[in-house]
Amino acid sequence: MTYQITRRRFTAALGGAAIAGAWARPGFADAKEIIVLNWKGYGTDEAFALKAFADKTGITVKHDYFNSEPEMLTKLRTNPGAYDVVLINSARIQQAESEGLIDPIDFAKVPNSAGLAPALKNHANLTVDGKAYGLSWLWGMNSLTVRKGIAADSWSIFTDPKYAGRLALFDDAVTEIGIGALLTGQDINDPKDLKAIVDKLKAMKPNVKLTWSSEDEWNKAFAANAFDISVYWSGAVVRSIHVSKLPAEFIIPKEGAIGWLDSLAVPTSSTKKDDALKFIDYMIDPTFYLTWANESGAPASANQAAMAKLPADDLNRQIHKEDYLSKLQFMSALPDDRRQAFNDAWEEVKAFYAK
Amino acid sequence: MAHEVEVNIPRPARRRRQGWATAALLAPAYGWLLLAVFLPLCAMLFFSFLKTSPLPGRPLFYTVNNYLAFINRPYLFDVAWTSIRIGLWTTGLCAVIGLPAALALARATSGRSKHVLFLLIILPFWTNGLVRVFSWTMVLREGGLLDYALHLVIPGAPAFSLLYSFPAIIIGLVHAYLPYMILTCYLSASAIEDGYVEAARSLGARTPVVFWKILLPLSLPGLISGSILIFVPVIGSFMEPRILGGRIGVTMGTVIEDQFTAAFNWPLGAALSFIMLAVVLVIFAASARVLRAGGALQ
Repeated sequence: MTYQITRRRFTAALGGAAIAGAWARPGFADAKEIIVLNWKGYGTDEAFALKAFADKTGITVKHDYFNSEPEMLTKLRTNPGAYDVVLINSARIQQAESEGLIDPIDFAKVPNSAGLAPALKNHANLTVDGKAYGLSWLWGMNSLTVRKGIAADSWSIFTDPKYAGRLALFDDAVTEIGIGALLTGQDINDPKDLKAIVDKLKAMKPNVKLTWSSEDEWNKAFAANAFDISVYWSGAVVRSIHVSKLPAEFIIPKEGAIGWLDSLAVPTSSTKKDDALKFIDYMIDPTFYLTWANESGAPASANQAAMAKLPADDLNRQIHKEDYLSKLQFMSALPDDRRQAFNDAWEEVKAFYAK
Repeated sequence: MAHEVEVNIPRPARRRRQGWATAALLAPAYGWLLLAVFLPLCAMLFFSFLKTSPLPGRPLFYTVNNYLAFINRPYLFDVAWTSIRIGLWTTGLCAVIGLPAALALARATSGRSKHVLFLLIILPFWTNGLVRVFSWTMVLREGGLLDYALHLVIPGAPAFSLLYSFPAIIIGLVHAYLPYMILTCYLSASAIEDGYVEAARSLGARTPVVFWKILLPLSLPGLISGSILIFVPVIGSFMEPRILGGRIGVTMGTVIEDQFTAAFNWPLGAALSFIMLAVVLVIFAASARVLRAGGALQ
């Protein structure tokens, strides 16, 4: 049977829908909805969380995603009013603030913020003129990881002749230049002597076995005994030890390590700022974090109260110790030309390794 | 013969109609190429003259600096040389393995067995490249299949691993590209008349002489076109060097890939690609001359 859509029927249907829509309108005015901009699958879009949050507050949460930080900033610039909560790496907060894209955080409206680690709550990367523009949410480290039984307390193990051919490096310019900066006592975000860093990295050549670029690659090569020493992500180490049962050990060397911090912010153009702050408050809620960490595996929460909810022997809690925070240099924003210089330097080092 | 010549000289109107028909038949192919290859390539050419990657809402700055990459970044010569070395080894090994295989297929097999053997050669084409490369990592690594087999034969041997080495890259690439060589050589080899070989044998030539004086020269067009088909993609390859090569695996392909995926420097990546394209075109031009000469020899 076919059903012909004549113009008259179509118009009638359209009119009916319009009337129904108008009639339903008062009901809609109560239903609140906010839109979150984040990486896909990064906490804010956990189904259990959205349901619990809607049950509690009556606010439904929709998502839009970005694939890179420049894309996130572009979306904020070109769609004013479209987003209510946005995830911004602490390295990008000041750039977003300088363009007038985000509001300062009113901590009074975020009760759970009382539990935030002091070192993170007002982190220098997040603040402008004493006001925090992002609420610190999750953090992690890129640091030294070794096979169990190897003693190490310094990045200089990367050039130790004892470990010739046993080193794996992360194929990422910012991280590797950062390690070179730690080894030469420089600021990882603004090293004055890039040449010294390049020389340090080149000196690792006899030890370097491979450069890896994904968690999967790291786990496979480590399990196959291809290397013993590497730089690795704190969150990934937890998974490698916990899920893959690999004999790995995570160490913060005496020179320090590289930290990163993700924050949640409210765009200036948002029309539902109070609802947005409610959602942010829920995101640092210890109960939410506990479920998220247990069911899917989460990075370290910036909320001490949330971390304290994890059992004392929880690997995530052991690895993300709060006293490490003072030993970390956090990744900051890089101007385009410096980022380019980092990339060129790392490319040159890699070519030297391959020679 | 005379009749055929008469048919092949059409009247002008007929020639015009044939021209239209040819154009109409070619249109889908060329239209597709224009849309899917030529236009994106033009966009990339445009990008290669920009200072930074294009982002909406950002002003564009033009520069030719990216084309001076080899001058500003001398280490690229080392990278290019690694790529060329990988290309030469892969092509050479494919020729050494592929030509005998093609001759054997064309001359020593027939009927059903030929079909089966052909199928086995094309089989690597049907596997996903990534799966193929990761399978090799399982064979080549310490404690892998090769290591295991070695220890079955010599129980006391030290641990053996080829993974993250130059030979590992070559093994992966030869496996991936060998079918190209066998197929092109097979076309040349199957066109060789049995009469030539029989004549040579009746004049007392032994097998090596038959190969060097008859089979090899007559298969040369296939060997050369196979070599081009392999050499060009291999110098741009990045997956096999990256996964199998460890720290050795830095090639022009991986440098370009880095510019697009890690460094967010599309202009430099595009410029490097066009420099490679230019080199490839030069190789093509040179080999076209050799191919023509080879054809003339025949």
